[in-house]
Amino acid sequence: MNISGKYWFFIIAFICMFLLTTYTVNQTEQVIITQFGSPVGDPVTTPGLHFKLPFIQVVNSFDKRYLAWDGPMVEMSTKDRTYLQVDTFARWRIADPLRYYLRLHDERSAQSRLEDILGSETRTSIARHELIEIVRTDKDRKPMQNVNLTGAFTGDGSLGVLLPIHTGRVAIEKEVIDAATPKLAEFGIELLDVRFKRINYNQQVLERIYQRMISERLQIADRFRSEGEGAAARILGNKERDINQIQSMAYKQVQDIRGEADAKATEIYAKAYTQKPDAAEFYKFLKSMDTYRKVINSDTTLVLSTNSEIFGWLKRVEQKPVK
Amino acid sequence: MKDHKDILARLPESLPVSVTTVLFGIASIVLLAGVIMAIYTIPADSEGIVLRFGKYVDKVPSGLHVKLPFGIETVITVPTKRQQKMEFGFVTPGFTNPDQISNSPKLESSMVTGDLNSALVEWVVQYRLTDPEQFLFDVREPSQTLRDISEAVMREVIGDRTIDEIITIGRQEIEEAVLLRISELSKRYQLGVTINQVQLKNVNPPEPVQPSFNEVNRAQQDRENFINLANGEYNKAVPSARGKADQNIRDAEGYRFKRVNEAEGDVSAFNQVLGQYLNWPEITRTRLYLETLGDVLPQAKQQIIVDDTVQQIMPMLPFSLKTPGQPQ
Repeated sequence: MNISGKYWFFIIAFICMFLLTTYTVNQTEQVIITQFGSPVGDPVTTPGLHFKLPFIQVVNSFDKRYLAWDGPMVEMSTKDRTYLQVDTFARWRIADPLRYYLRLHDERSAQSRLEDILGSETRTSIARHELIEIVRTDKDRKPMQNVNLTGAFTGDGSLGVLLPIHTGRVAIEKEVIDAATPKLAEFGIELLDVRFKRINYNQQVLERIYQRMISERLQIADRFRSEGEGAAARILGNKERDINQIQSMAYKQVQDIRGEADAKATEIYAKAYTQKPDAAEFYKFLKSMDTYRKVINSDTTLVLSTNSEIFGWLKRVEQKPVK
Repeated sequence: MKDHKDILARLPESLPVSVTTVLFGIASIVLLAGVIMAIYTIPADSEGIVLRFGKYVDKVPSGLHVKLPFGIETVITVPTKRQQKMEFGFVTPGFTNPDQISNSPKLESSMVTGDLNSALVEWVVQYRLTDPEQFLFDVREPSQTLRDISEAVMREVIGDRTIDEIITIGRQEIEEAVLLRISELSKRYQLGVTINQVQLKNVNPPEPVQPSFNEVNRAQQDRENFINLANGEYNKAVPSARGKADQNIRDAEGYRFKRVNEAEGDVSAFNQVLGQYLNWPEITRTRLYLETLGDVLPQAKQQIIVDDTVQQIMPMLPFSLKTPGQPQ
């Protein structure tokens, strides 16, 4: 009983000593050992099992990873007095844990310091630039044109066109980073990146934007209708032109053919009637006879002289009627 | 029941019996617990990251494995082979990955375009945790970081496009640009993820503007309609005009045949009569003359035959004499 009691004591004492003198540094952590509140030695950044003095040395662990700072949605004014709601985020890490520990002590105060510095730098940068600079990035980019809307685009310069910029969003973000980096270095903080997550118009601006978008679209719609009417008018014009062309060409051809026919007939007749001297005479005679047949009808009153060929015999019976 | 009573009755006696038995009992319990704690499995779609006293020591594939117990070694399971996705601007219910959605999809989707219009964009990012060490040890909130990057990048890309590119023609190009840029940034942030795909879902103009966008579509239809109607008119009139023109030409050609053939017929008839006439001109002429008058004279209404010595006959004509067609 006595012996086993001793064993017990030693075992428990050993375990207690072990627990008090060792600590683990996680893969994601770095540690500062403080003795009566002041740091001792270099920060411990290698993960694994480490030793310390019991009771008098205290372990302060900090994250080694990139940490988040998610800014609140803040209303800011651009250089051209457009009110925007800007939501930024940043990633940072504790690069100098000693300095970080001394100046900030914990992450809560670090977050509030980040808020102060990044918030004000963002505000400053936004205020120095016009809206379009904050929206766009690549100053050389040429937008694709929608073939369906091409007609509408050429009508007005502002449609389907990206407004020109000098700086651009990424460069402005860089400005914020460059301005905030030395200020945060004071606190042992290294800034990896700052980005504008969301940029939105505020409500009043939005109303105006909507109005503009609507009028822009209606203008495109009007253009389409007008294009349609124009095209239709052109087609109807073509119709008239083609019909007139077709009809007049046909008329010309008809007249041609008829003229040719008449000429041919005239030639045939003329040749036949002039083939011999007597032929012409005979033709005149025959034609006159024909004409009599046609002219004289039931309405005709004929006054004939006894001197005529047919009635000459009424007057005298001589061998020859008087001519 | 009886056995239980027996054991309970004997228990007080057995307690002081031997400390070694107790120690042995404790040791065996600890050992058993250690064995149970040492064995673990990694699912097929994952890899295990082994930490010894918090320090990364090994990466193990899926299957059954053994580790040191009692918190000496811990294992984190990372689903490296599973394709994960994040949704922006919308929420598909029934998700298992808590990073898939956000609490404020409405805020995510609203964006400003390069021509200073406003648009609502919904998209999906598909990714895999290809580097579990980076994913676990380099960034504290890797999934939230990926969400933040995705939003920032999408706005950056949309900010360089016109509203028409976003809604219609530029979708694929935007997906490609965003994919490229998110990959670049997640590499810089050491997120340990590989972005496989970025897909644009619904991209719409804001609600109050939508009717005017529809109006543009309607106007486009109207334009086509106007053109179709006009083409209809054209097609109704022109081919028939062409046919009628052809008809007139055919008529004229018919006229030509008729005219020439008739002329030739007339001439042929004339020539034959002429041949006979030339043989006996005087008698033929007289015969034809008398025959004609014989036919013609009975047709006439009235024949007045006067002596050629009478100078004035008109007063003697009846009053009913008149030329046809003249009003009475």
